[in-house]
Amino acid sequence: MALPPLQDLIACPHCDTLHAAATLPDGATASCQRCHAVLQTARAGAMVNVVSLAVAAFVLMIAAISFPFMDLNAQGNHNATSVFSAITAFNTGMAVPLAVAVAMFIIILPLTRLVAIIYAIGPLARGVTPRPLARQAFGLAETLRPWAMAEIFMVGVTVALIKVAGLASVTLGPAFWAFAGLVIVTIVKDQIMNRYAIWEALDKATQARA
Amino acid sequence: MGSIGQSHASTGLITAREAGLVACRRCGQVHALGTQNCTRCHGALQSRDAQSLQKVWAWLIAGIVLFIPANIYPMLLTNTLIERSDSTIIGGVVELIHYKSYGIALIVFVASIMIPIGKFIAIAYLAISVQQQSILNMHQRHKLYDFVEFIGRWSMIDVFVVAILSALVQLNTIASINPGIAALSFALSVIFTMFSAQSFDPRLIWDADRKNR
Ligand SMILES: [Zn+2]
Ligand SMILES: [Zn+2]
Repeated sequence: MALPPLQDLIACPHCDTLHAAATLPDGATASCQRCHAVLQTARAGAMVNVVSLAVAAFVLMIAAISFPFMDLNAQGNHNATSVFSAITAFNTGMAVPLAVAVAMFIIILPLTRLVAIIYAIGPLARGVTPRPLARQAFGLAETLRPWAMAEIFMVGVTVALIKVAGLASVTLGPAFWAFAGLVIVTIVKDQIMNRYAIWEALDKATQARA
Repeated sequence: MGSIGQSHASTGLITAREAGLVACRRCGQVHALGTQNCTRCHGALQSRDAQSLQKVWAWLIAGIVLFIPANIYPMLLTNTLIERSDSTIIGGVVELIHYKSYGIALIVFVASIMIPIGKFIAIAYLAISVQQQSILNMHQRHKLYDFVEFIGRWSMIDVFVVAILSALVQLNTIASINPGIAALSFALSVIFTMFSAQSFDPRLIWDADRKNR
């Protein structure tokens, strides 16, 4: 059986079924014929949007970790904490590994992922040659995807607020709203970011240079 | 059985493996069989991960084992002027019901109890069905896998609740909250189960369809 050249083929990552890559009209989506996983999408301007949202998320993230997150007040005793000071305040027993895990999931991994996305896709959005490690960077961003848990943290914050309501009064700080904005921006960004479209764009941009 | 047989025999779909190729799971690029690393994303290539199921079982068992202390030992240690109390995961849910926060109680219960247990069962079922080369419900099993991959990380909610409460509630003598040992074993249980789901190669679900033909 004669196969088309390898670069014109896409194998579904979920079920391994081979497909011929199509040139899609703008707005179209191609799915696996066997398991219906989305394989290709064509969205004009998607790269620019992804990069702008990633930059916005990065700025919000910095605000969210440096400003006060919440202020707790019980009978005159105050405790205002930023996410950063909260994490560094953990220094005894069971709290240490927990603080490390929380720092990884809500700060270090999400920030690494954002930097990797901006590094890899930024030049694509501007229509210039991709950076030398763009592929490794985007691969890293993909690997980190399930481990960046900002949105889950936000639900945790809500639950914690309700639990503490009986004990003390809580005032939300600017970092809380920065974090809420970050969650929304991240969700929108991941919605419009199609991994196969980005790999394809990286291929095309590299070929154009060669 | 008719519809299952027809599902792809009549459409003539072939897999990369049958075409003598190996596909990258991360980016979809296909290569000649035997290629070590993806030319596109530099990820390691494997036509099928032979050790996939062993890794799935190893991480899954580790996850289940740690889920036990996570439920027995206290998650939160609360000290107030009046009392000192420890609460387990279930204890925390009961407390929320007591405060009439039914919606939040439900979220915590689903995230901390139902999702982890449902995930253990779902991953074990997927692994066993692949080992038995079952050709039943392939679409449903694939959807189940996608769902398990998507939902697993949400179990982390209660760990974050504990972390936030212990950071926030440190009011000298009036009240303080500290994490218990269950917080750590629960976090590890969630992480190990996520590794287990990620080790599963969903292409194995569809492979059985071909071997039996
Ligand atoms: Zn497929
Ligand atoms: Zn690849």
